[in-house]
Amino acid sequence: MTNESSLSRRHLLKWTGAGATIAVAGAFLPNFGISAALGAELGEGDIGVLNYAYALEQLEAAFYTQVLETPFTSMQVNDERILRQIRDHEIAHRDFLKGALGRNAIPALEVDFSAVDFSSRASVLGTADVFENLGVAAYNGAGQLISNADYLVAAGSIVSIEARHAAAIADLLKPFSAEAVGRGNVDSKGLDKALLPSKVLKAAAPFIVTPVTAATLP
Amino acid sequence: MTNENSILSAIEPELADTIVQGRRDVFAKYAKAAGIMTSAPLVLALASNQAFGQSLPKVIEDTLNFALTLEYLEAAFYDMGNKSGVVPSQYRSVFRTIGAHENAHVKLLKSVLGSAAVAAPGVDFTAGGKFADVWENFDTFLTLSQTFEDLGVAAYKGQAGNLIGSAEVLTVALQIHSVEARHASEVRRIGLKFGWDGAFDKPLSKSAVLAAATPFLA
Repeated sequence: MTNESSLSRRHLLKWTGAGATIAVAGAFLPNFGISAALGAELGEGDIGVLNYAYALEQLEAAFYTQVLETPFTSMQVNDERILRQIRDHEIAHRDFLKGALGRNAIPALEVDFSAVDFSSRASVLGTADVFENLGVAAYNGAGQLISNADYLVAAGSIVSIEARHAAAIADLLKPFSAEAVGRGNVDSKGLDKALLPSKVLKAAAPFIVTPVTAATLP
Repeated sequence: MTNENSILSAIEPELADTIVQGRRDVFAKYAKAAGIMTSAPLVLALASNQAFGQSLPKVIEDTLNFALTLEYLEAAFYDMGNKSGVVPSQYRSVFRTIGAHENAHVKLLKSVLGSAAVAAPGVDFTAGGKFADVWENFDTFLTLSQTFEDLGVAAYKGQAGNLIGSAEVLTVALQIHSVEARHASEVRRIGLKFGWDGAFDKPLSKSAVLAAATPFLA
């Protein structure tokens, strides 16, 4: 797991290539991210969805970066190695989306984690649990809003990693439990949650200082 | 865990083709058709649990039957495994929950497909004797479990493009996809691994998935 395969790199390069196409197309679209001081309007269509994902990945990346910078009391080796990998993934997701969006990317968001007690394992893992499950539900709900198949596969390649994270966090909270394979999030039909952007942004709002608006997303 | 590499190595070489060519072929072939489809029958089918299978567009029907075949395989695997006694007591909650999810997926997909649903395939989890101790040796069981879960994640991801334009079906597929990813993560964890392999999960084409699954179909 330490070595990223050449295949993954090729995969990424391909997506980055697709991202360059958006950037070019974006030259003909309004630059939604320009008014940083006023907040971030995600934009419409696939760009709006990618910016939405980019906002969530910024939040997650910032959270885990803080977690590793100020480790909670008596962080075990196993906690650390898992949290470190998750942090690296969220940074990779954030940077990938930023690159794909190019000039259409919203600005860096200012975050607020004052509700989190970073010295407490329960607070940190509890927050991680919320973020990962919110991420899964967000991508699941946003898939139907994507019209470009390449972006859909890219989003799919991120959401299953978020779901893998959710399981790992649940396992840290309660090892080898039904929760670690989804109890609490998966319904009686065996389905995970799917939430529309309006609901997800509302849930994430307490952690984001920069006003994020999604005028054209449901 | 020595068997794992032999299974995965059978899959890996096809990944490059899958990513580069599979997406192109599959999407080029189906995206146009899928884009003009109405998903009204599915809305009704999902809402009322009635069978509207005959009115499903062919590409959707084929995709869901492919998913159903994998779910049959998984459900049978956990039904047999959970009864066999191969699962140590501390992991029973995990594997019972996974088994319940796979059976729920079978039920849901069958209800959507109605009379168009394929029948459950015959199975041989020893793969002709290659994994003869699957019901006695937990390492073997775990290896196959991880293979099926990772395969399921990659398979749903690889088919997502077929469902563009049919919002409800796509969303349900994504809601199953992330559950499979939760399973995969925890099964890997039980095998003392990280729950993932890199920051981005890879899709697999239908043919690559079938090639990997075929040894277990009787």
